[in-house]
Amino acid sequence: MSKNIQQMVRVDRREALKAAGASVLALGFASTAQATPEAAAEALSKATGGAATTMSDKVKFVGLPEIAENGATVPVGISVDSPMSADNYVKHIHVFAEGNPSPETITFNLTPTGKAEVNTRIRLGKTQNVVAAAVMSDGSVLTAKREVKVTIGGCGG
Amino acid sequence: MAKKPRVKLPKKAKAGDMIQVKTLASHKMETGNRKDKKGNTIPRLILNKFTCTFGGKEVFSADMHPAVSANPYIAFFITATASGTYEFTWTDDAGKSMSVSKDIAVS
Repeated sequence: MSKNIQQMVRVDRREALKAAGASVLALGFASTAQATPEAAAEALSKATGGAATTMSDKVKFVGLPEIAENGATVPVGISVDSPMSADNYVKHIHVFAEGNPSPETITFNLTPTGKAEVNTRIRLGKTQNVVAAAVMSDGSVLTAKREVKVTIGGCGG
Repeated sequence: MAKKPRVKLPKKAKAGDMIQVKTLASHKMETGNRKDKKGNTIPRLILNKFTCTFGGKEVFSADMHPAVSANPYIAFFITATASGTYEFTWTDDAGKSMSVSKDIAVS
């Protein structure tokens, strides 16, 4: 199916855009090179200075849909279990998308205040894994991964 | 860049309260991957930096990449400690920035 969509984009992207309106903005990704899980892992290790990462259920996705109808704006929230005190807090939260043209999505820089929960909206070019990585103040890196299915409206999807 | 960004946070809070700050900037966030009718690439123009400062000290910031949706929405939590002004600033690829400031009264 996604092959059909890509062909459609290539041949007649303008018409497709018109037909489907703003909801297919995400298709802009389809015509360019795609990132791979390896590229996402590389970006992650670059962002964390090569620190070892651990999958942890302390990092949770909040409000990230399993199926996103519109890849142009996918709500994503990340909540990290942390007291956010001066000596134990979350320094950064990185979000990576494995199937986008470039895996980096957004990086949040936090200070010891409030709670470690952030919300935003991101673009996803196709069905792919979203990776969140929380860099803690002690240097450890906790990650979480979730697949989001992206259905693209208006293109027979 | 015409429209002012919108920021929502309580006007009043008790000391130690956890408050949520919601921000919504108005920006196309052009990815640099799209092409116009003639097949020319539309140059990238996104807001790449968001910062929130309180009393001149940074309390929260975000580095944005093209994969952030148009009209970036960012929400986060802070602990209210003292009355003062929160400054919110967005900067784009061209170096242009827009800011909003919000006062909070903490009792």
